Amino acid sequence: MASDKKYWQSVEELTNSSFVETLSKNEFIEEILTDKFLGNKETLSNSSTSRRDFLKYVGFTTAAATLAACEGPVRKSIPYVVKPNDIIAGVADWYATSMADGYDFANILVKTREGRPIQIMPNKDANGTTSARVQAAILSLYDEKLRLKEPVKDGKNISWIEADKEIGAALKKLKDSNSPVVLLTGTMASPSTDKIIQEFIGQYPNVKHVIYDAVSESATTDAMMMMYGKRALPNYDLDKAKIIVSFGADFLGDFHGGFEKQYVAGRKPETGSMSYHVQFESNMSLTGANADKRIVTKPSDQIFALVNLFNAITDSNVASKATPVDAQVKQMASELKKAGSKGVVLTGINDKNAQLVALAINKALNSEIIDVNNTLNIRQGNDAAVNQFVNDLKAGKIRGLLTYNVNPLYSFTNSADFAEGLKKISLSVALSTENNETVDASNYVLPTSHFLESWGDTQFNEVTYGLMQPTIQPLFNTRQFQDTLLTWSGNSSKYYDYLKSFATDAILGEDSWNTALHNGFFNKENTSVAVSSEISIVDAAMQLSSSAKKSNGFELNLYTKINLGDGKQANNPWLQEFPDPITRASWDNYLTMSIVDAKELGFTNPVKDNGAIDGDYAKVSLNGKEIIVPVMIQPGQARGSVGLALGFGRTFGLKDEMQVGVNAYPLYKNSNNIQFGVTIEKVAGTHKFACTQVQKTIAGRHDILKVASLKEYKTVAPKDHHNGWNKPSYVSYDHKEVEANTIDLWDEHNRELGHHFNLSIDLTSCTGCGACIVACHAENNVPVVGKNEVRVGRDMHWLRIDRYYSSEVETREDAKELGLSRAKTYKALETEAENPEVTFQPMMCQHCNHAPCETVCPVAATTHGRQGQNQMTYNRCVGTRYCANNCPYRVRRFNWFNYSNNSEFDFNMNNEYGKMVLNPDVVVRSRGVMEKCSMCIQMTQATILKAKKEGRAVNTDEFETACSSACTTGALVFGDVNNKQDKVTALAKDKRAYTVLDYLQTKPNVVYQVKIKNKNEA
Amino acid sequence: MKSVALHSKRTLVFFKSFTIILFFAFSLSSFSQEVDEARQKEGRNLYKSLCASCHKLDKKLVGPALGNIETRRDREWLYKWIRNNAELRASGDRDAIAVYEEYNGAAMSAFPQLTDKNIDDILYYTTVGDPKPKVAEVTADAIPSGGTTSSAPSWLIYVLAAAIVVAFLMIASLLKQVNELKGNKAPEIKSEIKRDLKELWEGVKENTFLKITSIIFLLLLSAYIGFGTLFKVGVDQGYSPLQPIAFSHKIHSGDNKIDCQYCHSSAKHSKHSGIPSVNVCMNCHENIAEVAEGTVVEWDGVTYGKAELDKEIAKVYKAAGWDPEALEYTGNTKPIKWIRIHNLPDHVYFNHSQHVKVGGLECQNCHGPVEEMDEMYQFSPLTMGWCINCHRETKVDLKGTEYYDKIHQELAKKYNVEQVSVAQLGGLECGKCHY
Repeated sequence: MASDKKYWQSVEELTNSSFVETLSKNEFIEEILTDKFLGNKETLSNSSTSRRDFLKYVGFTTAAATLAACEGPVRKSIPYVVKPNDIIAGVADWYATSMADGYDFANILVKTREGRPIQIMPNKDANGTTSARVQAAILSLYDEKLRLKEPVKDGKNISWIEADKEIGAALKKLKDSNSPVVLLTGTMASPSTDKIIQEFIGQYPNVKHVIYDAVSESATTDAMMMMYGKRALPNYDLDKAKIIVSFGADFLGDFHGGFEKQYVAGRKPETGSMSYHVQFESNMSLTGANADKRIVTKPSDQIFALVNLFNAITDSNVASKATPVDAQVKQMASELKKAGSKGVVLTGINDKNAQLVALAINKALNSEIIDVNNTLNIRQGNDAAVNQFVNDLKAGKIRGLLTYNVNPLYSFTNSADFAEGLKKISLSVALSTENNETVDASNYVLPTSHFLESWGDTQFNEVTYGLMQPTIQPLFNTRQFQDTLLTWSGNSSKYYDYLKSFATDAILGEDSWNTALHNGFFNKENTSVAVSSEISIVDAAMQLSSSAKKSNGFELNLYTKINLGDGKQANNPWLQEFPDPITRASWDNYLTMSIVDAKELGFTNPVKDNGAIDGDYAKVSLNGKEIIVPVMIQPGQARGSVGLALGFGRTFGLKDEMQVGVNAYPLYKNSNNIQFGVTIEKVAGTHKFACTQVQKTIAGRHDILKVASLKEYKTVAPKDHHNGWNKPSYVSYDHKEVEANTIDLWDEHNRELGHHFNLSIDLTSCTGCGACIVACHAENNVPVVGKNEVRVGRDMHWLRIDRYYSSEVETREDAKELGLSRAKTYKALETEAENPEVTFQPMMCQHCNHAPCETVCPVAATTHGRQGQNQMTYNRCVGTRYCANNCPYRVRRFNWFNYSNNSEFDFNMNNEYGKMVLNPDVVVRSRGVMEKCSMCIQMTQATILKAKKEGRAVNTDEFETACSSACTTGALVFGDVNNKQDKVTALAKDKRAYTVLDYLQTKPNVVYQVKIKNKNEA
Repeated sequence: MKSVALHSKRTLVFFKSFTIILFFAFSLSSFSQEVDEARQKEGRNLYKSLCASCHKLDKKLVGPALGNIETRRDREWLYKWIRNNAELRASGDRDAIAVYEEYNGAAMSAFPQLTDKNIDDILYYTTVGDPKPKVAEVTADAIPSGGTTSSAPSWLIYVLAAAIVVAFLMIASLLKQVNELKGNKAPEIKSEIKRDLKELWEGVKENTFLKITSIIFLLLLSAYIGFGTLFKVGVDQGYSPLQPIAFSHKIHSGDNKIDCQYCHSSAKHSKHSGIPSVNVCMNCHENIAEVAEGTVVEWDGVTYGKAELDKEIAKVYKAAGWDPEALEYTGNTKPIKWIRIHNLPDHVYFNHSQHVKVGGLECQNCHGPVEEMDEMYQFSPLTMGWCINCHRETKVDLKGTEYYDKIHQELAKKYNVEQVSVAQLGGLECGKCHY
């Protein structure tokens, strides 16, 4: 039965169970390093400092410190000279704006305090969503290490006026001699900027605009261009889908992101129907982890399978090859045909032909899910144009280069070619927000403003016109890219005026500019309708199947991680410390490899006693390029394939701590995420991973998770004593088996008066994206501790997302129960471990009504509030850590060090700029105190105060926490269970609701909803 | 800074008494003039209510200075101008247009309601000015104006102090000589006391009970004193640092009855009460360049009179970048660096609006009689004990706000309770103030 399933967290745990025992024994042991201090007798006796001296020093310093402490410091308060009307010290202002940094695009709300932006939240009115990277972008604003501060010419500061004059003259000279100049930018998705660039090119006809995305989707946009005459990405209304078949498309992760909202909307068990999601993939992606059925398929087989599916659906007969997954493909073809227009096929294979085939299948299905009219404009890069540019540059045909927020020296496959070509150029100007390799190699460096300091407009899709407004004065001497281009075009108007008149004339019409700016967006009509053209898909399919040559080597599937994406925010400590949802490793990228391949090649991931993981290094070679990366054995990785994340290994200008991982762009040949013929060789050395995967053992408490199929959900009574998929725990009481929740050690308090907070977490809706983790960081001033501390299990995340693997057959006993033969048993054991099911479980303080931590605190520093929150009083805590030891959920975090103003932890809390992101309503904890999730008590208190001040009751669903407001899919719902109308009240009593480890009778205020998977059972 | 603030006030009080004597030493002859006090009063009242917001007697403000205006303008012209200057300008009167243009086209309101008598009274007032205070009524509280300063120059104080010390020494030595002459022998008295003390000590030494009792007593006493001292570490009750501007809450809040929240407007919105920005000061001080005659402020132990206080107002102008001569903003601003008096530790969350708006507390509840303070100081200890005490004692008014309606009904139903304290509503929970 589903709830009897065993869960495991790492390969090591599965194969070597004795280590778990060692680990659980060692979990709380902290070795005292006496040897380090006292080991060397000689130095000790030769020391000039005697014991007497030592005591003298101690005495003196204590006395001095005591005396110094008696005099309080003088604090100055400097009010404004003229206070802006809308700023009240201590009251947050919210601005609606947009984020567009070339990789991430989002309609957002920005919270500012005393003029400092401190948090990003989704602009839900504009259907905006945020990911971990969007949430963390607020910290990149304050990156004083990497951000450019002054205009520079050849290493020397220069004024804007001089720079304009000199560059203007140089541009004129190039124009007069009609020498080609290239303006290289990323995707901006900004209509007004496009117009400015056009006008600039009108002034300088020798300028050519080339759009370059480091992580390219050019194959898809090219396919769309061919089929629908539109260079854009198709949109998917996954909420209406009955069946979703994906070939390596990580649409919940980084496949031009942001489909999780619609995806989850189509997967609500309450409605009785859920979409059936089948994922053919090689790397274990976030999407595959969420799929109902994940079919391990290596990239070349994905291609053949896609062609086979095309053949089956369109009754064509394109030459292809048999694959191990043909049976499933056949089944999918009939399922898709059955679903008809409610079915959709996606592919993440970055090949124009593959995309064409997928588009053709959807067309053949007459799919309503794919939307080719309201397309996405967030990847406009054109590989052909970029290749042409690089060739021209190398050939010395280009005389001038203007770059804006791109870093080809880091992200080009052949960055050496680019570097060589750059030397032949007479004028190179880098307009950039942050310092990087390309900026360093340019003559002129013109700092541009961060998107939070800028005006702008955005058009991510065809119906939402977004506006961008500054939320802070520029921190440094920066100027917007648009203002610079306007100046060079000889247009004297400021970009703000330009934008306002552009938006009013072209978009808003009769509607008010101020209203649109206030809302941050404007819904316009879609004027761009796709015109389908008849092209031969058979040719494309043939080309596709011939492109996948069965080569001898490994197949490499390059991907981007949730935290760093294409590497733009590599200097952001929140993102670096963010654990990968699947591997749970932070501060690294690595080669993911299947269990079988690792065994063959001799790669291991030994787990140390303290829960840290080590890894071996592999030399990966492709076409003469070699890189050395550590190997992480990944359950669910397709045999014969390996995965490697882009975006890591940046070094230039980054803090030492952030220079982690390996740059995989040299292997990103032709911007294709799939590379064939890769050879892998084990090389010497041991890599130390910072992985939180197995640090917290669950000690056999497998019922922490509850998963059921949709059929079970519909047909079986949840609390059924035998088959129930959400049955309560039973304990022995008076020699009788009784439901655990009927007995209690403590008396109940009356909880009906006032508010009582609950947090509901729907495991079906949680995709594990981790936006909540970063939101919690920003809201609660959670410190970053660095790679070494994470490695030894001292991460400070108040909210973590546990990832559990499970499989139907795990032990021989299981196999016996299923009646498998001996040979089949071994086969089953092997394959199941190779393709486990994945379940994510957000875990934070459970705010137990009968909290084990509260009873053991010797100083009553952790106590229970009337409103259900387990309160942690830092100033009362003396750091015994009893509470953490007594917590069954492992959610308490101890401040081993001072993480602020400490050069040992040189992250955002150690510099004046980085500290500007801190939330002034939450204290920064100091060394020696315990901390944990507070259920955002500062936010609930603020909501209550707001209601009181306005003389009203708190509105329905008005209470929010940082995690619940950041959650895109609505998996996290927060509210007051004493308000009958609050969503959470019904959820807490839902038949899917359960509390974790209920037999401990801790009575948590965090309620989980059983995960329901659609097994496609009749 | 704290030590600066807490420097001995006693010595200064001492000097101050001399300053007052000094003022009497300057005998001020009051020159009298025949003034029709009734007309003067009538004119002054009208002037203050109608003219003073734009005109001063001796200085330009929004409009020209009006002192002795009759010497410059014809009375008939003034009648017309005051009643309806726009009409006068429209008639093409060259003087009227010139005045209008000189003041950048700032049109003066028309006062058609004023009778000739009214205008005569106003003009009389502009000629004779304010009634002069009578010397006989001069006290320490109302120091006469004129060229005198309210506090003597510092060198004078030191000379006087030195003189007093010398005088004391002389008197002491004189007394000693007189005693000696009388034949009293002081040393004998000393030895007697010494003998008594010695006997007492011997007695105590032999009595064990007394010994133990006194040791216990001493221990308890030192523990009590020690504990009390340690408990005061970090408690800054009475903290009154020297501020960059001699701002008197007494003048603003006490004498002029300005509401606290006029300046500290964020107290009802925010966790911070807010130190008013300089533009709030300028709302009034654009028109008030000097204090009233006879204003005195006790500042850091020194008495500030009109001359000093006017200099303090000038500091505000400097901060705001206001040119009091040209009556315009120069844009050259300089924020004021006030010294914060009420400091809570970082781990405490306190919200003013909760207490001011929701709780309906008067500012004085915690900040003391601010309207009587020339120099602001920390009135309450701001310790946790003090907070909790108030939360225990304060009853929450549950009626009238919708927020409490449900709670109120249930309380009344269940426990038959009509009123609860803040503590009973959860106001003592750690997490309510510490997060």
